[in-house]
Amino acid sequence: MTTLTMTRATLLKDLRMEWRSKDAINSMLFFALLVVVIFSFAFNPTAEESRRIAGGLVWVAFLFAAVVALNQTWARELRNQVLDAYRVSPAPPNALFLAKAVGNFLFVVVLEALMAPLFVVFYELRSVGPLWQLIVVALLGTWALVVNGTFFAALSIRTRSREIMLPLILFPISIPALLGMVDATTAILTGEASPDFWIKMLAVYDVVFTAVCLLLFETVLNAE
Amino acid sequence: MKNIFVTFVALTVGLLAFSTYQGLFVAPTEQTMGEVQRIFYYHVPSAWTAGVCFFVNFLASVAYLWKRNAASDALAAASAEVGVMFCTVVLITGPIWARPVWGIWWTWDARLTTTLVLWLIYVSYLVLRRFAAGGQTQVLAAALAIFGFVDVPIVYMSIRWFRTQHPSPVMGGGENSGLDPAMLHAFFWNLLSFTCVGIVLMVLRYRLQRLEEKVEATHAAAALQGGAQ
Repeated sequence: MTTLTMTRATLLKDLRMEWRSKDAINSMLFFALLVVVIFSFAFNPTAEESRRIAGGLVWVAFLFAAVVALNQTWARELRNQVLDAYRVSPAPPNALFLAKAVGNFLFVVVLEALMAPLFVVFYELRSVGPLWQLIVVALLGTWALVVNGTFFAALSIRTRSREIMLPLILFPISIPALLGMVDATTAILTGEASPDFWIKMLAVYDVVFTAVCLLLFETVLNAE
Repeated sequence: MKNIFVTFVALTVGLLAFSTYQGLFVAPTEQTMGEVQRIFYYHVPSAWTAGVCFFVNFLASVAYLWKRNAASDALAAASAEVGVMFCTVVLITGPIWARPVWGIWWTWDARLTTTLVLWLIYVSYLVLRRFAAGGQTQVLAAALAIFGFVDVPIVYMSIRWFRTQHPSPVMGGGENSGLDPAMLHAFFWNLLSFTCVGIVLMVLRYRLQRLEEKVEATHAAAALQGGAQ
C-alpha cells in the first residue's frame, strides 16, 4: 500500500465523517463568529482603521477557531483503539499524518472562505492591494498553522488536560508564522508596503516545518 | 569523579566572586551611560549561558531520539530548566538597563523579541514535560525540543525585518566598535564564571533528575512486589 493511496483513503474517510457530522466546521464557524462580533464591539472601527487592525483580528479569530478543530483531530481515533490498530498495521505513519493535516487544512480554508464576507460586512473592509495576494497569504499561513497544529495535537493527546496543552505548545512555535500572516495581510489591505518578504518567509516556514513534522511523526506516533 | 566536581564548584564560587569584583569595582565607569552600564557584565554572559543551555538541550534531545537512553533525557530536562532561568535573568536585566538608557522598558526589537520567544518556547517545553503522561514524556519532549530549536533562526530572521534598536555587537563590529581593554577584561571573567555557574547548575539538576528516576523505579518495583504477595 503506497503512501498516496493510504493518504487518500484516510482523508476521504475524515472528510466523509465531517460531511455527515459537521462537528468541526460548525464549532469553528460559531467560535470565529463570536470572536468577530466581540472584536467588533470592542473596537468599533472606521473603514480606515479597520484596514490597519484587520490583519491581526482576522488571524487571531482563525487561529483560535483552528485550535477548536485541531483538538478534535485525533480524539476520534482514540475511541475503539483505532490509533493503536493503525500503529500495528503496516501503513506508513506519514500517510496518516498527511491525511489529517490536509483534512484540517481544508476545514480551516472553508472556514476562512465563509468568514471573509462577514469581515467585509462588520468592518467595512476593502483591500487596497490585489486580492490574489491575500489568497496566497491565507493558504500559506493556514498550512503553517495546520501542519504544526496537527503534529502538536498528536503530542497533546498523550498528556493530561490535553485540550489546554495544544495552544500552549502551538502558539510559541507559531509566532514567526503569525507575525508573517498578520503583517502580510496588513501590508496588502493598506497597500502601504510590499508583502513579498513575508510571503517568502511563510513559504520557508511551511517547507521547514512540514519536513520536521514528517521526520518526527513516526517517532511520536509510536511513543510509549 | 565526585572530588573533581566539588573542586569545580569551589573554583566556580571563587571565580564568581572575582568576576563580580572585576565587574563592579575594577572596570571603568562608562562615560555616557554611567554605572548602569555595569549590568552588561551580567546581561550578556547570562544570554550566552542560556544559549549554551538551549544548544545542549537540542543535542541531548537528538541523542535521546537516537539512543533512547535515560541519561540524554535527564540532560535535556536539566539544560532546559537552567536555560530558562538564565533567559529570565536576561529578560529582567535588559529592561532595567533599557529604562535609563533608551527611556523605555521594552521595545519590539529583533533581539529582545527573539529572546522573549525563545523563553516562551522553552517554558512551553517545561510545561509539556510536566503534563505528559508517564513513559511518553521523553519522546514528546525531545520532539518539541527539535521544533523549538528549528524555530529560533526563523524567529530571528522574521523579526529582523523590523527596525532594530538593540546595540549592535560591540566586539568585532565596525571602526568605532570595541570595548575599553579594562572592560573587556571584566567582561571575559564574567563570561567564564557565568558559563561555569551554568555547568554547575546543569550537573546538579541532572543528578537530581537521575535520582528522581531511581526513586520512581524503586517505588514501582515495591508496588509490583506488594501486588504479588
